[in-house]
Order: sequence, then C-alpha cells, then structure tokens
Amino acid sequence: MSELAISLKDVRKSFGRTEIIRGVNLDIPRGQRHAMIGPNGAGKTTMFNLISGRFPVTSGTIALNGRATDGLAPQEINRLGLSRSFQITSIFPRMTVFENIRCGLLWARGYRYSFWHLLGGQRALNEEADQLLERLNLHTRRNVMAGLLSYAEQRALEIGITVAGGANVILLDEPTAGMSHSETDYAVALIRSVTEGKTLLMVEHDMSVVFGLADVITVLVYGEIIASGPPAEIRASKAVQEAYLGTEAA
Amino acid sequence: MTTQSLPRENVAANGGTDLMRRVLPWVIAVAVMLLVPWLFYNWNTGRHSGFVLTMMSEIGLMAIFALSFNMQMGQTGLLSFGHAILFGLGGYCTAHALNGVKAGTFWWPSELIPLIGGFGGLAFGIAFGWVATKQRATAFAMITMGLGELVAACALMFMGFFGGEGGISTDRVTNTSIFKLVYDLFGLDYRSLGINYSTPWQVYCLVVAWAVIATLLMRLQTQTPLGRIANATRDNFERVQFVGYDPARVRFYQFALSGFFAGIAGGLYCLVYEIITFDTVAAAKSATALLAAYIGGAGGFFGPILGTILVVLLQSGVSLLSNAWLLYVGVLFIVMVMYAPGGIIGIIAQHIPIVRIGRMSELIVPYIRVLLPGVLLVFGFVLLVELTSFTTIGAAQGKHFKIGIYVVDPNTFLPWTLGAAALVLGVVWLRLESRVFRRKWDALIEDAKAKGAML
Ligand SMILES: Nc1ncnc2c1ncn2[C@@H]1O[C@H](COP(=O)(O)OP(=O)(O)O)[C@@H](O)[C@H]1O
Ligand SMILES: [Mg+2]
Repeated sequence: MSELAISLKDVRKSFGRTEIIRGVNLDIPRGQRHAMIGPNGAGKTTMFNLISGRFPVTSGTIALNGRATDGLAPQEINRLGLSRSFQITSIFPRMTVFENIRCGLLWARGYRYSFWHLLGGQRALNEEADQLLERLNLHTRRNVMAGLLSYAEQRALEIGITVAGGANVILLDEPTAGMSHSETDYAVALIRSVTEGKTLLMVEHDMSVVFGLADVITVLVYGEIIASGPPAEIRASKAVQEAYLGTEAA
Repeated sequence: MTTQSLPRENVAANGGTDLMRRVLPWVIAVAVMLLVPWLFYNWNTGRHSGFVLTMMSEIGLMAIFALSFNMQMGQTGLLSFGHAILFGLGGYCTAHALNGVKAGTFWWPSELIPLIGGFGGLAFGIAFGWVATKQRATAFAMITMGLGELVAACALMFMGFFGGEGGISTDRVTNTSIFKLVYDLFGLDYRSLGINYSTPWQVYCLVVAWAVIATLLMRLQTQTPLGRIANATRDNFERVQFVGYDPARVRFYQFALSGFFAGIAGGLYCLVYEIITFDTVAAAKSATALLAAYIGGAGGFFGPILGTILVVLLQSGVSLLSNAWLLYVGVLFIVMVMYAPGGIIGIIAQHIPIVRIGRMSELIVPYIRVLLPGVLLVFGFVLLVELTSFTTIGAAQGKHFKIGIYVVDPNTFLPWTLGAAALVLGVVWLRLESRVFRRKWDALIEDAKAKGAML
C-alpha cells in the first residue's frame, strides 16, 4: 500500500461557473497531523467535501491510501477508512448520546444492515461505545438526547462519532470553533488522543491549536495552496503573512 | 418520546425484576384483549357480541398496520401516502391462497394464513420500495401517493387478481388447523375440539395472537442495527453516509420489512371479513394508518396502537351514532397536529418529569378547570355539526335527532342557539382557563428542570 494517506492531483471544483478549488496538489503521508488554514471562503470545507466524496470533483484525482476514490459514494469512501466531522455540528439529535456513538461503530464492527442482532445483547460493541464515551468525557450524559447537549458537548460527540469506527484517516472541520478557552484546551487534548497513530487532516482557525497540533500546515487561499510546510516555516513565510496570517499573527 | 429503550444495565443484578417489568405490560395487554369481549358476552344466548368482536379484531389488525406504517414514518422519517397498497395486496394474496387451500390446490395451516399476506406484502414492499426509497422526504411522499393511485386503479382494471368492484370473496374455514394435525397424529377426534375458525371469537383469538407476534417483532426490530440506523437516517441522512451506511438502502430495507407487517395485517383483514375489495388498497385506508400514527404519536413505538384504538372506536362506535364521524376524526387530527404534534404518547411523555418530581397531583385541579370549558366547547361543536347533518343527510335518510328520549327538531331556533352559545362560551372560557393552566404547567416544568428530572 501507498505511503500516502491522501493524495490530491490537480483537483478542481466549480459550482456553476465559479471555480472554487483551482488546481490543488497535496500529499499527506500516513500518520501525519496536517492542518489546513485559510481565510473564510477559501474552499477548505469544499476540499473536505471533495475528499470525503460528498461532492464529485470537476477534474483531477483524489486517492485514499493509494486508491483512487472518484465515483465512490461517501459511504464507500468511509468504508475504505476515511471518516470526517462537519463544521456545522452534524449528529443524530433525537437519539441518545450513547446511540450516537454506537451508530458510528455499527458498520465498522460488521453489523451492516442486520435486523437479526439485538443491540442490547452485543456486549463487546456496547462496551466499546461506553469506553469511547468515557474518553470523550460524555459518559455522564450517556442517556441524554444528543440534541439537548451543550454546544461544546455536541462538538465532542461529533468527534466521537467520527473516530468511533476506527477509521485511519480522520478529517475534522473546525472542531474547536465557537469554544471557550478551556473547552478548546480540552478538545485539543481529546483530538490528540483519539487520533494517535492516525492520519489527521483538520481545518482550524485557532492558531494556537494549529501550531500546537499540526506536523504540517497547508495554507489555502482562494482555492489555491500558497504554502505548505512545518509550522515554523509557515509562521516565517512572508507570503502567508501577507495573504492570511498578517492580521491575526502580527 | 422516542422509539428507543435504553440498553439494560446491571442485568445480572436485577435480571428478574427487569424481565418482569418488560414482560408484564405484554401479559396485561393480552389479558385485556382476551377479557374485554366477555364483558359484552350474552350469557342468555351463550353468544359473543359480533359487533364488539369485529371491532376488536379491527383494532388488532389495524394496530399492526399502523405500526408497520410507523416503521416508515416514526422510525425512518418516511411519510407514505400509499401504505395501504402493501396492506391490501397482502390481503389479496391471502384471499387467493385461502381459496387455493380450500380447493385443495395446496395445503397450508390455517393459523399461518396471515403469513402469506406477510410474504405478499414483503414482495410488493420490495418491488415498490425499489422505486420509492431512492428518494426521501417530499419526493418519497409523492411517489408513494402515485403508487397508491396506480394500484387502486389496477384493482378495478385487473379482474383476475382483484375481482373488480366485487373484490375476492373467500372462506376462512379450511379445516387445515395445526390443532387438527396434532389431533390426527395422536388419533384423537379433532371435531371435539371445535377449532376451525368459523366463529368470530376464534378468528379474534387468531388476530390477538398475530397482533402480539407482529408487535413484538416490530418492537425488537427497533433494537437491531437496521432499526437504529433507520432512526439515524431519519435524524440526519447525510451523516449516516459518513459512518458507512447508504441511506437509500436503509430506507429500502425498512420499507420492505414494513411491507411484510402491513401484509400480515392485510391477511388478518381477509380472515376476519372473508372478502377483500379494492378499498383495502385505496387512499382512505392509507390515510387511516397516517391518522392513527399521528393521533397516537409517531415518536413513540406504542403511539400508533393508541391512535388505532381511538380511530377504530370513532369509526365503529361513533359511526353508529352519527353520520359525521369522519368529520370528528378530521377535527381530532387537526387539533392534535396543531396542539400536540407528539400525539397521545407525546402528551403522556410530557408528564413524566412532573410525575418524577412527585407534583402530578397539583395538576388535577387545573385539569378539571380546563376540562369543564372543554366539554362545553365539544358539546356546542357536536351539537352544531349534528344539527347540520340532520338537516341534510339525516333528513334524506328519514332519521330523527334524538338525545336520550328527547327528539330535537333541527328546524327550530333553540338547538342552534344553544349549540352556538355553548361553542362560543366554551372557546372564550377555555382560553382563559388554558392561560391559568399554562402558568401552572410552566412552573412545574421549571421545577422539574431545576431538579434535573427532565430526561
Ligand atoms: N454547494 C455549494 N454550492 C455553491 N457554492 C458553494 C457550495 N459550497 C461552497 N460554496 C462556495 O465555495 C466557497 C468556499 O466555501 P467553503 O469551502 O465553505 O469555504 P471555507 O470552508 O474555506 O470557509 C464559498 O464562496 C462558498 O459560497
Ligand atoms: Mg468551512
């Protein structure tokens, strides 16, 4: 298998006549923690949607673990080992917190569309879900409807659903957006622990999170990568400062 | 409020009581179903009330139908306007099978006849589901409506299978009971047992047995991976894809399985009435399932059963008293959708936190206070509706409007004034009282929240 978890070759995406992603080339080796930064509307979420199969690319190729994914449905890409979260929290609001996590586990543990297993009796599965709940610090909220959780809790749950199935490539879209300082610190520790040994691609606006977590940072501006490299290099880059960091990091 | 029960905890510690708690409601339900007809038993003639047995059989089979509808609606978020086609087609399959068994073409035990309806419903569920479940939401609803019209039209066109307007008649007494098999095996005289499903009581018992089996299976289905992912698909079909599931597949399997149960209900219908006509596939039948599920509450597993009981009682009971029964069902439906979108089961669920903090008794007086104007309002409304109905349909039928022994003449001024006054007064009074009620209710809920009893 390929050493690259994600490989993008001249990826382009247009909505109607406007080209939002304008020829992106990016290689992310296995096990790397990779952050994508860029101003609002740069196309970061669109990149996630392309990689995860939510939208088809207009041109170019995307490979996951060395396998081209064009034409595959999101669930098929997920089954190849890629899992993502959403910038706008996307959970199952009318199910309990525990059920949410367990839904993230079902396919990965081979239950598929079974209507002959009673979930109450699946000990290993339920224990696994409970263990993840503890790591997420949501075990006290286990039987609460997910829609009733606080915002930060819902974000943690979203990460939980994303990592539950054990995908080896994780995409997180602004996981700490809208969180307080302490919540952010907690989320960062959580992300670090649940993505241990996995490939992580995350979009993040909080620079302290990005510089603390990422091995490599890619800067996307108007659908093009203007820089990609280790944090120190990005921080020092003139082009990046002008285009993006200038206002925030100065 | 939801179709989920929480996974068992400490099963080892309280396994016994836990089992009791789970099984007891079912035992009680079966006992009630089997005992109620005896309240109407005529001990002089030694006969059951045919009316009551038919009505209760109808409740039993329609409850299965409404629950199967809710496998799509409440569980998967699919609103179908053509669910009756699965019910009716299951019924037609059963009728043909019964006739085949009767003619000796093949052998099939009487007790398992509804299963043929189930397989018929499943087959058509697969076929129609294939078409409909590629879509969701409005598009799905429109397709099911189209399919409903299509099948209803076919029912009048294809004489061979549907029997045209007259439908397919059948005879449920096939003498193929499993009991007969067992008796023959031991060389006993089967006729002494007398089980051949010729009487309404015996058929009713069969309906009860199947209602319990089907309900239990549907209940268990909600606790399977497919059942849960159906909930997830209902909540957020996009997210489901990113945990490995194809939402269209989930919808398809749910649709097909719900067809199986709708078919069982159709099979029972065929056994109870011994005739199946095109109105079993028609839009009105689909609407009945929708009404029952909505009024009872689509958000809870048992909601549609409550709704079915209410709708069938209105249908069978009130229709004897009033020409306008359908209007009452319609008004009930609108009122529920407007004021209690969670249905009866939702109303019950809303009270749970208040029960938990032990302040339910404080609601008794407020309830009585809204009940009084409520009764007045309903009285006024019903009076006006009945007066109207008696000037039109009733007059044509030559009926008289009687309340007890009083004959009301709809051509006089007094009853109309009385009805209108009661209605207006009821509305105004109810508005005032409901404000008082609201305040008390909010205070109690606030307290429940503070005490963490909300969930
Ligand atoms: N489904 C869509 N249809 C049309 N335009 C879209 C769609 N999704 C995103 N866009 C446009 O693409 C641009 C990039 O959006 P997005 O990827 O969400 O940016 P970012 O996540 O970097 O803030 C925006 O101008 C947005 O309006
Ligand atoms: Mg974005």
